[in-house]
Amino acid sequence: MNDGNSDDIIHLENVNKFFGTFQALKNINLSVRKGERVVVCGPSGSGKSTLIRCINRLEEHNSGTITVNGHELTDDVKNIDAVRREVGMVFQDFNLFPHMTVVKNLMLAPKLVRKSSRSEAYETAMRYLERVKIPEQADKYPSQLSGGQQQRVAIARALCMNPVIMLFDEPTSALDPEMISEVLDVMTDLARDGMTMICVTHEMGFARSVADNVVFMDEGEIVEMNPPKEFFDNPRSERTRLFLSQVLSY
Amino acid sequence: MSFDIALILDSIPKMLMGIGLTLQLLFLSAALGLTLAIILLLMRISGRWYLAAPTMAYIYIFRGTPILVQIFIIYYGLPQLDFVRDSIFWPILREPFGCAILALTLNTGAYVSEILRGGVLGVDRGLKEAGAALGLSTTHRFIYITTPIAIRLALPAYSNDVISLMKSTALASTITLLDMTGIARTIVAETYAPYEIFMSLMVIYLILTWMIQRSFGWVERCMSRYVREEV
Repeated sequence: MNDGNSDDIIHLENVNKFFGTFQALKNINLSVRKGERVVVCGPSGSGKSTLIRCINRLEEHNSGTITVNGHELTDDVKNIDAVRREVGMVFQDFNLFPHMTVVKNLMLAPKLVRKSSRSEAYETAMRYLERVKIPEQADKYPSQLSGGQQQRVAIARALCMNPVIMLFDEPTSALDPEMISEVLDVMTDLARDGMTMICVTHEMGFARSVADNVVFMDEGEIVEMNPPKEFFDNPRSERTRLFLSQVLSY
Repeated sequence: MSFDIALILDSIPKMLMGIGLTLQLLFLSAALGLTLAIILLLMRISGRWYLAAPTMAYIYIFRGTPILVQIFIIYYGLPQLDFVRDSIFWPILREPFGCAILALTLNTGAYVSEILRGGVLGVDRGLKEAGAALGLSTTHRFIYITTPIAIRLALPAYSNDVISLMKSTALASTITLLDMTGIARTIVAETYAPYEIFMSLMVIYLILTWMIQRSFGWVERCMSRYVREEV
């Protein structure tokens, strides 16, 4: 049951979200095709995080419709579970389970949700740890890893569920500068493989090189959405121009 | 004032004959109290008012009144009620031991459920969200993410409560039980030497406290392996 274009894997229509009386999202319309890479940027408090957190229902929207891979997000727990099984998410502060080793972090959801056997889950976990280039850290606890390594583990953990869509909520904002590129490398690699991605980030270089479309949000609205070349070289709105001049000034 | 060493050496073994009863009171009411606390906790955080409200009332009453009064009500008060004497619990409530266990359990259960709740509330919201984003059900999140972290957070406060419970077992001596304190009181009544006897009794309790502290310290270290690097 997909209301929009049949290629759309994510479709938001007139979505509104309130926190009390504060309106965090105002009439959001957004379509994302399968395999599309979207970067969302904007000043803090503009609703970027809220937007992607609505897509896997970490936040409930108040009105409008959100359809993800054919499932409409409503109060129906079944649909929410179905969406969450297909959508991976990476958080700003990693949120690795501190009481489990790295490999156990990766095995938990496949075992519980996908009912994978121990050995299957272990193999999958090691395969993705190889992919993010830290298989040697498998038996360490998250607190023993650097920030960049923790974030790569978090990406691997999401990938272990074989998601069709990946959401990134400012994945490099909590990292020391020298660790940002190792995380962006993994994300670029993922994009090259055709993963559908929505990424909230301030890394404009990443947006320029990887994104198919860049969304600019301000005060809960989508102000502008364009391919990166157009977006950076020829911003339409005054607000976008101001924002870009601020983030690109150094 | 003289200090009768011989009397102390003579009475310590006698008091130690009550240590079995003290430990029985401690372990039994700690285990039952913890079970009760978990049930109370689950009711309290269920998000349903008709489960949470009675729990809050219960905790308020048992935390808000002296445990000695609770023991007296159970031991002297309950047998006055006909239906209690007719119930299947009468064999337990007839005995002072059963009454002491019941009072200690009900009291510690109220405290411990609040301690556990503190642990549960201390678990980082982001971790639960990460679990949700991975598709884990509410139950799975509670079992695999919230519980292990909450236990570690609650452990220091819980060890405090076990020590407190150990000391409360002394109140069982007020309802005729011959735990260590009960025996001490008997000896004092015979010898009129409260100073020597009660000082020795204190030392025994201090050793017990030390052992409880060491045990919990060990458990805490085991459970905190994964956070030690952060400090």
